[in-house]
Amino acid sequence: MTDKILKRYSYDVIANDFMSAGKSSSAIKSNLKSLGIASDIIRKIAIISYEAELNLVIHSFGGKLHCDIFENKIVIISEDTGPGIADVDLAMKEGFSTAGDSVRELGFGAGMGLPNIKKYSDQLKINTSSEGTTIVVTIYL
Amino acid sequence: MLIKEIVDVVKAEVLTNFHDENTDVKYGFASDLMSDVLAYATGEALLITGLNNPQVIRTAEMLDISVVLFVRGKRPGKEVIELAKENQLTILASDYTMFKACGLLVMNGMEGLEIND
Repeated sequence: MTDKILKRYSYDVIANDFMSAGKSSSAIKSNLKSLGIASDIIRKIAIISYEAELNLVIHSFGGKLHCDIFENKIVIISEDTGPGIADVDLAMKEGFSTAGDSVRELGFGAGMGLPNIKKYSDQLKINTSSEGTTIVVTIYL
Repeated sequence: MLIKEIVDVVKAEVLTNFHDENTDVKYGFASDLMSDVLAYATGEALLITGLNNPQVIRTAEMLDISVVLFVRGKRPGKEVIELAKENQLTILASDYTMFKACGLLVMNGMEGLEIND
């Protein structure tokens, strides 16, 4: 099977823009709906993409969210320009968070972001350094 | 439990209404932590929360939750209501505390979601 991207949706995500957080994931969700993807798959992708988008808003200097459609899978990619995840193992632990009170007041920053992404994904790859973080999440169709 | 029964039981105000009052909502999930909602709730649940920012509506949207009940007298702002309308969410508001609202809903037949990990 060829690994060719059939379609890519890309969105800019702005750091600390809590009012808009979720807009990109909402757009991804409606695009997937119009492609006729099954609703249980869409729900998984929506959760993954929303958590990834929130991570970009909360923790990064800003970045991009991509949704790549392949014949047999959908891949959500989050890429930012820093500052990087200091300890990935800790960040994967449920309940561990470096988010501040302003984020917690919004109902997030409970240390569930990456664990949730992992929970709903078939494959999760994280590359991080002070230059930036790239998270690649695969969901098979 | 039918939406009209939920409204009766928790003496709710209906802020947006996109569903027939006879729509059945079987389960409830209560949390102020949207990350936990994303982790454990499903689209068939009534989301009960005391948070009233736009992220509540976004969270419901991602999960296909269609009815949200705000408790503790919280009334969401204009932008939250607009976002709910865009997403065709029915939103209710009750002056009861979360504990009391949940207790009344359970006493009247609403079930809790089971957590499966």
